[in-house]
Amino acid sequence: MAKKRVAVVGTGQTMHKSHRPDVNGQELINEAVKTALADAGLTINDIDAIVIGNMDHFEGINYVDCWSVDGSGGWMRPIIKLTTGGTTGSTLAIGGYHMVASGMFEKVLVIGWEKNSESDTTGAITTAFDPIWDRLVFAGAIAGLAAEGMAYMTEFGITDKDAARVSVRDRKHACNNPHAQLRKEVTLEEVLASPMLSDPIHLLDVCPRTDGACAVIMASEDVAQKICPTPAWIWGTANRHTYTYVGDLNLGEIDSMKYAAAELWRKTGITEPRKQIDVIELYQPYSFAGIIWIEAMGIIPRGKGAEYIWSGATDMGGELPINPSGGVIACNPIGATGLIRCAEACTQIMGKGGARQVPGVKMAVSTGFGGCFWTDILLYGKEKPNF
Amino acid sequence: MENIAIIGIGMIPIKANYKTHNFADMAWETVNAALKDAGITIKDVENVITTSNDFWDGRTISCMAVGDASGVREKNCSCVEGDGTFGAFYGMARILSGSYGTTLVTGHTKGSESISSLITNAAFDPIYERALGPDMISGCAMQARAYMERHGISSRQTALVSVKNHGNAKHNPYAQLPLDISVDDVLNSEMIADPLRKLDCSPVSDGCCAIILANEEKAKKLCQKPVWVKGAAFTSDAYFLGDRDLADPRSLAAAAKKAYAMAGITDPARQVDIAEVYDAFSYQELMWLEGLGICEPGKAAHQLEKGRFNVGGGLPVNASGGLLSGHPVIAAGLYRIAECVRQLRGEAGAVQKDGAKIAVAQGLNGVAGQSHCVWVLGADK
Repeated sequence: MAKKRVAVVGTGQTMHKSHRPDVNGQELINEAVKTALADAGLTINDIDAIVIGNMDHFEGINYVDCWSVDGSGGWMRPIIKLTTGGTTGSTLAIGGYHMVASGMFEKVLVIGWEKNSESDTTGAITTAFDPIWDRLVFAGAIAGLAAEGMAYMTEFGITDKDAARVSVRDRKHACNNPHAQLRKEVTLEEVLASPMLSDPIHLLDVCPRTDGACAVIMASEDVAQKICPTPAWIWGTANRHTYTYVGDLNLGEIDSMKYAAAELWRKTGITEPRKQIDVIELYQPYSFAGIIWIEAMGIIPRGKGAEYIWSGATDMGGELPINPSGGVIACNPIGATGLIRCAEACTQIMGKGGARQVPGVKMAVSTGFGGCFWTDILLYGKEKPNF
Repeated sequence: MENIAIIGIGMIPIKANYKTHNFADMAWETVNAALKDAGITIKDVENVITTSNDFWDGRTISCMAVGDASGVREKNCSCVEGDGTFGAFYGMARILSGSYGTTLVTGHTKGSESISSLITNAAFDPIYERALGPDMISGCAMQARAYMERHGISSRQTALVSVKNHGNAKHNPYAQLPLDISVDDVLNSEMIADPLRKLDCSPVSDGCCAIILANEEKAKKLCQKPVWVKGAAFTSDAYFLGDRDLADPRSLAAAAKKAYAMAGITDPARQVDIAEVYDAFSYQELMWLEGLGICEPGKAAHQLEKGRFNVGGGLPVNASGGLLSGHPVIAAGLYRIAECVRQLRGEAGAVQKDGAKIAVAQGLNGVAGQSHCVWVLGADK
């Protein structure tokens, strides 16, 4: 049992674009922070601690917690940096949760940001892998994803057309989201005709690079409902950063999602996730993940993902809409991406989704993906958890 | 605050260069040392926080390199970037949240594989400052000058910190640089960045440290010799050096005030028995002691000369030899905590402070001590 139950009481996102030359990093962060504070009706003086993160080598700034204070509001406040690669944003959300749940801080500001336009993304990610065993043959973001997609295709006989259906869904959803970077519908044919980046992944199957920041304010149960009449309660968190070496991966069957989701459902009393969850914000950096990872999450049986996607069940209006925001394929400021999933899931609970609102959301899930096929996952509810 | 204990510590000797170890090798040895010290297995560890820094490691997602060696595979885990004291703080928060009964916290750095001037230059603002070439040493040299001017402190006085700490290191099997030196040796050593001479500066080091935290229930069940966390807090000052009063460590004072309040300490100068502070440079030990409320501003040098901070003095400071005797950057604060644990358990050998009950450990992030984390530890609950 949490010492203090925790709720999200405000969220803020910047204008996300491929290049934001109008702001420096601190200004970008500040744009998200001010929006979140306004959303919660708070000022920076109400904030007891700050949790911030990004991926260092993208912007080349060391000690980002220290550097950020003019934008983040960290001056003469506790500020701490968490970084776990692609999972950074979700790691930050989990961090904010524990800081508030500990009872040491009543209101915590959580910030994820990235200015990818200043980075050599693949160059930086390549250095994450072991210099002797993995780096020379198997590194960067897309190679591992392609291998996963190919492994799954081989096992279950799906095609890149099945995956393209996921991309069509998310890109259509993105048109409803004013924060999304890419708001343009595409057809199956356009996805399949787009350049092949790493077989079987086409250009329109994958996420873009984005400049953007996201801020989320979390508060303890003592004050949450005073700040926000309909806060999004955090029911639980789980993660698995299962592997260090690419060679250890169980390709085509993402172990980290399987174990993290199972733990989360067990801890929160979820027995039938497909029925009990109303919306999912999935950190889905490429279309094949939209099929493979919802199986690992326990939404549908293994091998049935493509069929479920084609049924329209995960579209807006379906039984379990996935990525009403347009997801990562439409917008990907990496250090913020997992936290945007959190903010979007909470927006759905709060009923503030506008054109992308799913009606009657009571339970929502957000995830994060990164590192060596790692997963973070959080569950939110409209009701305060009774455990 | 609910009672939290440190039930195990693991250190590997700090060295100039662990040629035979990669990051995972260092973490593996350290984690196993901590488990052995606590008398538990990795199965008793409920979650793991690794502490690392992508710049110091030259690897993006630096936590990935030590994940398997730290036992994260089937556990919840996270990574704090910055000094290990901050990692330990988050590890403690995860226990206090009620989510976990125990947390393993690790921190590692291989300075031998790093170019510290480039890495710390990257901590400066990329638009306004970086091209001028500042790094940690030149930034701290300005702070040293500001502090010495403000309070009339001489290089002879700051040198005494180096003499004391290198001497203390002779009794510490984990220290890298035990040295018999005099004040004149310090004053005659190479000038690095005025007023900092070579022997005023901590060395480049490799090291890894781990601690295991537990709630009271688990501590009672698992541990014969718990050390208790009485208080912990962290605070950041302004970023641009020009926006700060470099001679006044106000973020440290703010963090210390909060940590003491949690610990019920009203007069740290009298109530603290032992301190392990972040002496990356000789002058810093004096400044931080003042920020920690152990001395009035500007008075630490005089008390150092009187012997108060020596082993056998009223309040031994860096009895382990401190960072001047070995400075693995990210692990540094965890080593400070672990050395305090040794003292509070009465296991510090020749440098043991008799009857030590309350210890203070400090870690920091950023240039010239922008952001500080203060821990107050107790032998008793």
